[in-house]
Amino acid sequence: MDDRVREIIANELGVEMEKVTEDANFVEDLGADSLDTVELVMAFEEEFEIEIPDEDAEEMQTVSDAIDYLSEKSGE
Amino acid sequence: MTDDGTLLEGKKGLVFGIANQRSYAYYITKKILEAGGEPHFSHLPGEKMERRLVDATSDLGLEDPWMEPCDVSEDEHLDNVFDRYADEIGELDFVVHSVAFADRDYLKDGNFWETPREAWTEALEISAYSLVAMAQRAAPLMDGNGSIVSMTYYGGEKVVPGYNIMGIAKAALEHSTRYLAADLGEKGVRVNTISGGPLKTAAAMAVGGIREMFDIQEERAPLGRNIEGDEVGDTVAFLLSDRASAITGETVHVDAGFSVTGM
Repeated sequence: MDDRVREIIANELGVEMEKVTEDANFVEDLGADSLDTVELVMAFEEEFEIEIPDEDAEEMQTVSDAIDYLSEKSGE
Repeated sequence: MTDDGTLLEGKKGLVFGIANQRSYAYYITKKILEAGGEPHFSHLPGEKMERRLVDATSDLGLEDPWMEPCDVSEDEHLDNVFDRYADEIGELDFVVHSVAFADRDYLKDGNFWETPREAWTEALEISAYSLVAMAQRAAPLMDGNGSIVSMTYYGGEKVVPGYNIMGIAKAALEHSTRYLAADLGEKGVRVNTISGGPLKTAAAMAVGGIREMFDIQEERAPLGRNIEGDEVGDTVAFLLSDRASAITGETVHVDAGFSVTGM
């Protein structure tokens, strides 16, 4: 699960896997702009076949936020 | 449709608004290429936006396409794109305007009434005035036969929850299309806009309430489904072509019929 999420993040944001550490913040550490953040949520939705409401997406700011949220949502 | 590769043969033009492989402008470019047309591109300034455009166009089989950065809220940027185009490419047959912006904070269901002046002005300028600004620069290069197409959405005609200030901007875009068509008809320039049913683009996903729209669209549209980007692309290719030579000032709905339903 963790690696799958990290891989999606690395792909979408065009950064090296090593940089996608658990405490990395999408905007501050990984250089995501507003388009990236939308794209990232869409990629998660497709990969895990879930819907992520805007309120939840706004809370997801770091790699570990995403891993925790997606683990819970997809029941893994 | 008529994709025998000749619909847009010999037609050259500019496409504004490819952000990635989900953009309307991406599907439009795909269909322009299939129809034998020659698109050139503009992207928001910045290395990242340039890379996104390069990725998207390379997926469409284009190597090293002509491209120029442009923030459509800057007159000098627009001047630069059209000047460079005129110098380096010359003939301009079409312009695709697939550009819009609104502050996400004001794209939430129920908060249109709180729109501040700045968010209003910014949305209208980038999403609607930009069409007029492009037409001013494009028409003189079109040499008596040109076509300009932009993208709009039903939320510019009726209230769609969360579309808010974007809806006001689209209403302005649609009516600007009519006035531009009236003014530019004598120069042989046609101006139309496509009202595309909701599509999962990055821009659409920024609109609160868009997910509901996909479901409602499927439930209520006469064709009982959502639309595909290619369907918009096909319609744009047609409108850019000489087969649409008597169509101008129109808002063409590519929405599986959604807009004709009452409830």
